[in-house]
Amino acid sequence: MTDGVPRVSWAPSDLEIARQHHRRKASGRSVLIALVSTLVFTAVVVVVLINSPGWESVKTTFFDFEVAKDSFPAVLEGLWLNIRVLFFATIGVAIVGTLLAVMRSLRGPVFFPLRALATIYTDLFRGVPVLIVLFLVGFGVPALDIVPRVPAAVWGTVAITLCYSAYIAEVLRAGMEAVHPSQRIAARSLGLSHAETLRVVVIPQGLRKVIPALMNDFVSMQKDVGLISVLGAVDAVRAAQIEVAVSYNFTPYVVAALLFVAMSFPVIRLTDHVSARMARREQSGGTV
Amino acid sequence: MSVLTLSNVWKRFGDVEVLKGVDLTLEEHDVVVLIGASGSGKSTLLRTINLIEQVDDGQVILSGDDITDPRVNVDKARARIGVVFQQFNLFPHMKVIDNVTLAARRVHKWPADKARDKGVALLEKFGLGDKVDEYSDRLSGGQQQRVAIVRAIMTDPELLLLDEITSALDPMLVGEVLDLVRDLKEGGSTMLIATHEMSFASTVADRIVFMHGGRILETGTPEKIFSAPERPETQEFLARIMHR
Ligand SMILES: Nc1ncnc2c1ncn2[C@@H]1O[C@H](COP(=O)(O)OP(=O)(O)OP(=O)(O)O)[C@@H](O)[C@H]1O
Ligand SMILES: [Mg+2]
Repeated sequence: MTDGVPRVSWAPSDLEIARQHHRRKASGRSVLIALVSTLVFTAVVVVVLINSPGWESVKTTFFDFEVAKDSFPAVLEGLWLNIRVLFFATIGVAIVGTLLAVMRSLRGPVFFPLRALATIYTDLFRGVPVLIVLFLVGFGVPALDIVPRVPAAVWGTVAITLCYSAYIAEVLRAGMEAVHPSQRIAARSLGLSHAETLRVVVIPQGLRKVIPALMNDFVSMQKDVGLISVLGAVDAVRAAQIEVAVSYNFTPYVVAALLFVAMSFPVIRLTDHVSARMARREQSGGTV
Repeated sequence: MSVLTLSNVWKRFGDVEVLKGVDLTLEEHDVVVLIGASGSGKSTLLRTINLIEQVDDGQVILSGDDITDPRVNVDKARARIGVVFQQFNLFPHMKVIDNVTLAARRVHKWPADKARDKGVALLEKFGLGDKVDEYSDRLSGGQQQRVAIVRAIMTDPELLLLDEITSALDPMLVGEVLDLVRDLKEGGSTMLIATHEMSFASTVADRIVFMHGGRILETGTPEKIFSAPERPETQEFLARIMHR
């Protein structure tokens, strides 16, 4: 624009055109290889399945369309209970998990009891199988006879919250520790209190670093809410079990499984998307 | 009343004595530059003033208030002092304007629009008007450091502490940051600056303080320190740093 120098807009050189051509050809080849290998793999699995001696009986006991259709409404209604449990457990986990993470990150001898309590809690609940926590909470606490009677699903929600809070607390703590100490110093130098520094500077940055890990835990929680069926709550798994008992056919379990997959699918895809986007943001080199 | 008085400040890390009885006074509008070899305790001194390190003995008195008194609210004391670090330490998850106004909003409880107005005005004054709503990690080093300075002066602190604010920058970007510091001096800021940039020190300082082994060995005007240093340690330090 200046000095009358003619500005030619950029056009790819022959070299660049050749490179682009080569890349297109190479990527076309990869797609083809992927496609063929997928088809071959699927064909092998199908052939092996269909030719296996028990295939006919498996087909009728697990994949009976009529049974699936009949059991679907009951299983779906059960899933609604799972979704509600998931909703409240997620809120519970967000609160308790954050509290535990903050407690574990407190510094100074004054906070030793809190820190120790949180450490013992997370160590304990990360080690005990969810199923056992469910039994202990779902059957043990009501047996104490100090709390009013509530539906089994409530105890299920409590047990899931107890377990997953411990997992989430560890993930959050890792995220908070990954925030460089200079960030805390900068915030404290501005006069922010310890709590404000955590809330405004450390937690937001730490959270960002562990979002994919948190979403993974959420996905596994989505399927673990199916475990509350052991307490007798009529959720999707329990509903399927009842249907199985009626029809002497296992198809309702497959229905329940598909519904759980359908429920978790959006979050799984979202997790991939978010991870990919974060990876792009952190580092723009597309070839490594 | 002096803005800052240090009297007999001691600081130990384990068995290592890093500050061994430092006395220093800054009057209003004073610009004092700390020089000295690496490890002589300049950063540690600045950190004790800002209460990031607790003194082992002695006092730090800010405009008459002994801020090393354990009854003092350290957050309130820190809010009266602006600090800029070597590595800028902006908050990467916040926009430039939110970095700059954070303390005004959270600590000084300014209304949001007052904070924003002043933040934008300062950023514009220092040539960062087009970066107001940018995320801070998208800026060049020199721009980040200028934002960090704006963040430190946003609430008109009584004292500014600058710790080697140009040593993480490309030589090309040093000038723009140092020009800003000269502007602050024109504006009457009281500053305590640690630096290895001797030419900058000589132009901006009212007084140069030479630190050696955790003590202040020599103090004087830039002319005196650079052309007629008295102590052999000062002479040796200057000889080394000038002939690098
Ligand atoms: N947190 C700490 N723990 C232990 N020793 C420390 C700590 N901080 C500083 N030191 C020691 O204190 C001494 C002074 O360090 P300081 O950072 O104050 O020096 P400086 O004058 O700022 O040096 P430079 O010019 O390299 O920045 C050094 O020997 C350093 O190793
Ligand atoms: Mg230093």
